[in-house]
Amino acid sequence: MNPTEIMVSDADEKDVDTSRVAPIENPVLSMLRQDRLPHIWCPGCGIGTVVNCFSRALMSSGHDMNNVAVVSGIGCTGRVAGYMNLDSFHTTHGRSIPFATGLRLANPGLKVVVFSGDGDLFAIGGNHFLHAARRNLDMLIVCVNNFTYGMTGGQVAPTTPLKSTQSTMPFGNFEPPMNLPFVADAAGASYVARWTVFHIRQLVRAMKEGMEHKGFSFIEIMSPCPTLYLRRNKLGDGVDQVRYFKEHSVLKNGANTQDVAITATDPIVVGTFVERERPTWLDSRNAQLTATLGDRFVPYGGQNVQK
Amino acid sequence: MVSDSPGKRVGKGTVFVKVEVCKGCAYCIEFCPADCLRFSRNYNAKGYHYPVLAKPELCVGCNTCGQYCPDFAIMGMRYKDIDALEATKSAVNDDDRSGAEAPGRKS
Amino acid sequence: MKASPEGVLTGVHFMDGDHAACEGAIAAGCRFVAGYPITPSTEVVERFSVRIPTVGGMFIQMEDEIASSIAIQGAAWGGAKVMTVTSGPGLSLMMEHIGLAVMAEVPCVIVDVQRGGPSTGLPTLPAQADMMQVKWGSHGDYQIIALSPNSPQECFDLMIRAFNLSETWRCPVFMMMDEVVGHMVERVEIPPADQIEIVPRRWTTKKPSEYRAFEPGPDMVPDMAKAGDGYKLHITGLTHDERGYPAMNVPAQNRLVRRLSDKILKNRDKIVDVREDGCEDADIIVVSYGITSRVAGAAVEMARGLGLKVGSARMVVCWPFPDVEIARLSRKAKAIVVPELNLGQMVGEVERAACGDARVYLVDHAGGSVHEPERILETILQAARDAGLGFKTEAERS
Repeated sequence: MNPTEIMVSDADEKDVDTSRVAPIENPVLSMLRQDRLPHIWCPGCGIGTVVNCFSRALMSSGHDMNNVAVVSGIGCTGRVAGYMNLDSFHTTHGRSIPFATGLRLANPGLKVVVFSGDGDLFAIGGNHFLHAARRNLDMLIVCVNNFTYGMTGGQVAPTTPLKSTQSTMPFGNFEPPMNLPFVADAAGASYVARWTVFHIRQLVRAMKEGMEHKGFSFIEIMSPCPTLYLRRNKLGDGVDQVRYFKEHSVLKNGANTQDVAITATDPIVVGTFVERERPTWLDSRNAQLTATLGDRFVPYGGQNVQK
Repeated sequence: MVSDSPGKRVGKGTVFVKVEVCKGCAYCIEFCPADCLRFSRNYNAKGYHYPVLAKPELCVGCNTCGQYCPDFAIMGMRYKDIDALEATKSAVNDDDRSGAEAPGRKS
Repeated sequence: MKASPEGVLTGVHFMDGDHAACEGAIAAGCRFVAGYPITPSTEVVERFSVRIPTVGGMFIQMEDEIASSIAIQGAAWGGAKVMTVTSGPGLSLMMEHIGLAVMAEVPCVIVDVQRGGPSTGLPTLPAQADMMQVKWGSHGDYQIIALSPNSPQECFDLMIRAFNLSETWRCPVFMMMDEVVGHMVERVEIPPADQIEIVPRRWTTKKPSEYRAFEPGPDMVPDMAKAGDGYKLHITGLTHDERGYPAMNVPAQNRLVRRLSDKILKNRDKIVDVREDGCEDADIIVVSYGITSRVAGAAVEMARGLGLKVGSARMVVCWPFPDVEIARLSRKAKAIVVPELNLGQMVGEVERAACGDARVYLVDHAGGSVHEPERILETILQAARDAGLGFKTEAERS
């Protein structure tokens, strides 16, 4: 890929009409904490686009925004919680899922969305991911996969492609990357999808589906890190990577997740891979305790929560 | 928020760009289905080229640019939606402009 | 307010400290526990998992202590009173989240049934060697509260106080039990619910538009809001301003970190609890805590039998350290004897507070059993000799 050629407008900019204002504020901003903008993400980073899509998914979801909470770990994507105008929790590195577990179970009326990066969710937080998927906890996990640790300066991640150079793999990565949808599928996630930052409309739809799906939903979103991953590997700018996603993605809904690993040569398989019905942790618990305790069972409904 | 569209309406829609919010990532320019956006000749205060509606006659106001924008700096709208909105709030005009950002045309 | 009657097992029981601690938590209103099995604390969560389905609460066994210690924090923001339970190796894993609970001011109770360490150490045998870790283990400057029960009855009683303290001061509160207290079976009297005083969560009464999540009240503690109630909370482990937004600069750090410490230290009179016995005219005072205080009691009686004026001061609250009380005692006494099931942890704090006014003697123990009273007596007698105090010999006494 070549760096984007800067095509400058031919128009004489004196002609640009500055007198007109937009009749409405960008509606996406209503989902964001505007007093915290501009955000920290680099030019060409895809996380802002993912947030844009998430905001539009929320707006069209019909949910009361008071009942949606977002939980993030640490890292570039971990900052998403801080920008969403929702109950938002910026927790510790890798531990967004267990935090979300407690939040969701103690307040069953909440829709809980976990927003974090590949390193946060699959390296330091990998074990929590496996067990939350196994339990089929009712939450949506949005993983922005930028193939690197952005916040700390571009170290090798569990998703870094083979041969790529990173600051702690200076001579090329020799660790095989993780196939995230396969891991999620194997662990028992009941909704698994992968899209890229190019696929904005599909992403909005997938995020809505993931929020509505009862159970553990996982969406991997491939996103460029121009400052650390792309620059170090001479892969151009953010927009070049998104163009690459556009040109090299193939849609395979229902694909066997075993076959969707990211490689240097194969196309990027995108789509909804897994959609299965499975009782959630809370439903299983309530059913089991009702079956064994009968009338003595008092479900957790927040009725004992002192207010 | 200012429009880059010339005073006369030549297309079906237009875009509004918050010039000072833009980080020049080019997503909007690259993925505009009508290919009507280009980088500005000027820089904004942060030193980035921002998008301008170089071919206004092609713009249909589909807001694909607005859906890609990682910084919520651009928004596309159809003229018929703009007119409908402006009709409903014709009484308040000048107040809206308090939030408008100056275009990056610094000498 | 009074405890809610459901779940309070009013009556006289014969139970061990782990079970009594669980009953104390339920009586205190704890309705969410996340835990991971670890000897010798497992009985607490085992009992909770049996008891709580009929009381309307929730138990989840997480994949590790790291997860347990943050799942309870999520649940606290979801509105529940929460607890997790562990022992030394698990406590080591929880350290990062103790910092988060301090920084985000999350009310939670963490039970540490101490066993011998370091590392896997002595899983089934007692120690008091986590006393410094619990105070200093997470990075950064902070204060926590730690209670030290010495009987199953106190495991119940202090558990209620632990929850009340955590709700009042919005910080993690630790129950520093040990294997012996946890597994010792004794009479435990559980009072009627209307005799149990409970501190409810300090929910804000402000509207969302007026509420600032970390705006402190007169007692330096902010009121809390629950996720889902429209307050659009932002909670972060980063240094934050009163809105909860990250503010990474020197003034914000200074303001926040000082307040987090000061809310405990400047309110310490409302927290500390030192039980003194015969200290008024004592020449030698035995300062102890937890299970060791019971062994120390035997040694004090033996020393008194030898004609020595020996007092006993028991730290029921170990953190914040009762430095004012120890300083006062040290000005009156000639010597202070500190027995503990470690090679010297709280004794350093005692020395710091005594400030040279009284000579401080450690009776250490590497862990695995409680002290023999005779060892503590030996040190008391040594302190008496060093101070020139006369006493009868065992032979004279008999």
